[in-house]
Amino acid sequence: MEELVKALTIGLANGLIIALIAIGYTLVYGILELINFAHADVFMLGTAFTYFFLEAIVVGLGVPTSSLTALLLIFAALPLIMVFTATINASIERVAYRPLRNAPRLAPLISAIGMSFVLQNLGLVILGPSQKAVEPVLPKTDLAFFPSGTAWFGVDEIMVVAITIPLLLVLRWFVGSTRQGKAMRATAQDREASGLMGIDVNRTISLTFLIAGALAGAAGLVVALYYGQTWFQFGFQFGLLSFTAAVLGGIGNLTGATLGGLVIGMIGAMSDRFLEAKWTSVLVFSILILVLVFRPTGILSEKVSERA
Amino acid sequence: MTAAAPTRRLALPDPFRSMDRKRREKVLLVGVLILAVVYPLVFRALESAFPFVPWPGTSVLIICATFAILALGLNIVMGFAGLLDLGYVAFYAIGAYATAFLASPHFGIHISWWIVVLIAVAAAAGAGILLGAPTLKLRGDYLAIVTLGFGEIVRIVFRNLGDFTLALPAFLGGAVLIGPHANLTGGNVGINPIDPPTIPIPGPWGNEIVFSNQNATASFYLVAVLLIITFFVCMRLRDSKLGRAWMAIREDETAAAAMGINTVTTKLLAFSLGASFSGFAGAFTGAYQTAIFAESFNFAVSILIVVIIILGGIGSLRGVVIGAFAVQYVNQTLLRFLGEKILNDPVNALGDATGIALLGDFNLVNYNYLIFGIVLAIMMIRRPEGLFPVETAKAELHGVGISSDSTAGTPDELAMAEEAAPEIPKDTR
Amino acid sequence: MTAPSTTTAVPTQAGDLLVATDCTKRFGGLVAVSDVNFTIPRGGIVSLIGPNGAGKTTFFNMITGLYIPTEGTITFDGAELTGLKPHEVVRLGVARTFQNIRLFGNMSAEENVLVGLHHRLKGRWFGAILRPPSIKREEAEAHDRAMELLKLVGLDTRSQTLARNLPYGDQRRLEIARALATQPKLLLLDEPTAGMNPEETRRLTDFVRQLRDQFGLTVLLIEHDMKVVMGISDRVTVLDHGEKIAEGSPAEVRADTKVIEAYLGRGAAGAG
Repeated sequence: MEELVKALTIGLANGLIIALIAIGYTLVYGILELINFAHADVFMLGTAFTYFFLEAIVVGLGVPTSSLTALLLIFAALPLIMVFTATINASIERVAYRPLRNAPRLAPLISAIGMSFVLQNLGLVILGPSQKAVEPVLPKTDLAFFPSGTAWFGVDEIMVVAITIPLLLVLRWFVGSTRQGKAMRATAQDREASGLMGIDVNRTISLTFLIAGALAGAAGLVVALYYGQTWFQFGFQFGLLSFTAAVLGGIGNLTGATLGGLVIGMIGAMSDRFLEAKWTSVLVFSILILVLVFRPTGILSEKVSERA
Repeated sequence: MTAAAPTRRLALPDPFRSMDRKRREKVLLVGVLILAVVYPLVFRALESAFPFVPWPGTSVLIICATFAILALGLNIVMGFAGLLDLGYVAFYAIGAYATAFLASPHFGIHISWWIVVLIAVAAAAGAGILLGAPTLKLRGDYLAIVTLGFGEIVRIVFRNLGDFTLALPAFLGGAVLIGPHANLTGGNVGINPIDPPTIPIPGPWGNEIVFSNQNATASFYLVAVLLIITFFVCMRLRDSKLGRAWMAIREDETAAAAMGINTVTTKLLAFSLGASFSGFAGAFTGAYQTAIFAESFNFAVSILIVVIIILGGIGSLRGVVIGAFAVQYVNQTLLRFLGEKILNDPVNALGDATGIALLGDFNLVNYNYLIFGIVLAIMMIRRPEGLFPVETAKAELHGVGISSDSTAGTPDELAMAEEAAPEIPKDTR
Repeated sequence: MTAPSTTTAVPTQAGDLLVATDCTKRFGGLVAVSDVNFTIPRGGIVSLIGPNGAGKTTFFNMITGLYIPTEGTITFDGAELTGLKPHEVVRLGVARTFQNIRLFGNMSAEENVLVGLHHRLKGRWFGAILRPPSIKREEAEAHDRAMELLKLVGLDTRSQTLARNLPYGDQRRLEIARALATQPKLLLLDEPTAGMNPEETRRLTDFVRQLRDQFGLTVLLIEHDMKVVMGISDRVTVLDHGEKIAEGSPAEVRADTKVIEAYLGRGAAGAG
């Protein structure tokens, strides 16, 4: 029983991370009908930046780990990394997708695959082929315990929640209540009409990519700290989980991406714990295929498109 | 053939100007064949005579030819039928593993490769039907993701089945059905050795010709023959009723259905026939390498084949063959050559001087996928039809000026051709 | 002049090739076609007219299998047509052209027509690879038939030109040749004279009449050009907002007040 609760807690933490990345997929798909293959690799670069940043402050500047200074520096790093990844994401849109705005649908998808490989290769050359351990700046303290005495969750899980939940709330507020958020929703509904209504479509799309990239960067920081490592293949690994989450919740649907993230996170954790970690990808891929084949609009979505 | 407007010649450099199209193609073909036969025999001599030229080794050419077969197969799916398959490596793996299961000490089955290859092709074709049947109705980008998923599942399953236990869950008794620690596929280590194809003809090579990586020259000849067969079959398919149906579906699926084409079965045929070529290549690779392991059949391989097709010319048979040789030559030989002989040292020196590890450890070979990724993006933006597109071939073959297509000739050539042709009357009824 | 009654279904006759009964098509809340009863007599030329958005193309699409009727049935030459897939409909003998020309742009004119011949050819994939004499013969015959059809529409000298490089009028004619290749009994033409000048229009109208007279085809036309409609049709059916509002000979329909109102608005009928 305790095993179950512990797995679910880990699943919840992972789920929040996956949700953050999934929202990036869903925002871009909603506005461009493009599966941004490179999105998860931008997240991977976020983990890499975190690794380099922490190495710089701990090894370079000699800031002691598990200190208040370290904690504060993390919260300073967060916006910095988010700006980095946001810029990278928006630049990729500008260079590799915008010229294909009016091309047949598969063209930008292939371009996105190209960009994904570019970023992965970059990750490979700056990080090397194997996982790299991130400086453990957070104290590895457990905070809650089961009646039997085994640990339940600790500082790590609190950190995940502390970063992801505020970001999710801010995003929700932004897309729902601000003028730019409205512009994003309008452009996602009907690009041409939005343009005719005076919305600067290019700027709105760039903004979408900036936000998606920023969220990916934040997820990158969280993962680097939570998993304690960075790896050039993180993009592929988390990309699968997040994209499945986005599809599960109904691609284009923000709430769906969030809930989908939580569901996939928990399924992943349960699979790792009770099945075998080496089969988790197969499980998640199978879910992805089944959803796309039988309910492509997602579990949460109401409409099922009519096909003659 | 009905005599229409007189053939308009495109201005071309000598010495081909005097020959007509068909003869020129024949001459080129014979030239390539002679080169293919002679090169493996003289390669070593060339290498020692001209060491500063990046000659591709015979084993590299074998990889090139293998990927040409793969590219021709994927070309049926992507170029003819217009379906994006990102998991094409799965069928490659299935062909290779089928060969490994049926011609190696792994299960103790030793069927002759010449028969096993047919089984491998059938297995891949069957897998193509299994995958395609539920998924071909999906929209293009969704189909791409699903096929990617399938490719990954196949790889991971082949890897995991090297050490697995199939048991009932605890609440049903927990009885072990298969295992524990059953080994079906060799897992990470894979399966080796695998029996290579042999022909019992004695000679200076021994009692029989063995087509394995111990005898690269013979293996190259074998794969070249397999490539020729593949090319020939694809040509026949392209110029048939089925080929036209595929192109119609690619152009406009709704209109194709409105012309009586059963798009479901036609797409399934594309998928399945395309997959069978992948299995074909897999059967060769497994036996030639005499060893396979799951991790080598990964997503990057699928993408490499996509790069080949996009670069060479989607839908164009000789385009994708040229693309395969070019891309794998760059991947296997040229990058290493340029790195070792030209770029690596100065960049490393710069890195050591400035203390930047990225430069200090620079090796051009490690940047191959970065280059291919950029190539993909550039091709889609600037020249999506590829470097050797289908239309040029069409224009050349039929000699009729294509007014708006710049690949057919310069404006001057077209103007000259216009003048030469008789006036086509407006009203022909 | 009183309009013929359309509240009762037009009685079907044994010579009717196509019979649509109570056809309705709903897209969610939108009713595109409502309770339409419609027949096409064998060997006739029937026109379907109505203001934009009246449901004409939707009705076409129900016949050709692109849409499944929400309610109602359609039979063709005695066989059930409702619910068949588009390629099955073609095999029964119904062919169509499209409002916004849907040719296979990167294929030549001849190849486009050859695709039309697709379902009449017997070859399978292994025949394609092996090319036995029977397949070679079939392909040669197909080529000859395609050239015949191209000659019929005046495109035989342009047989190798890519469809997307043909001038507009030729593209329309190629689309018809392609549809004819499927050997239909019923030909559906969706605004075949759109974008044509009067001379081209006249030639197309003669051509359609020739198709019926010489080849025994039955034709259903969607048209906006009233000269064409009045000149060629044996019968005209008018749709508005998804409902059939009038049906009869061209002269009857032209004078029908409901039709005039549908096109020109209320109050215009008085001027007719």
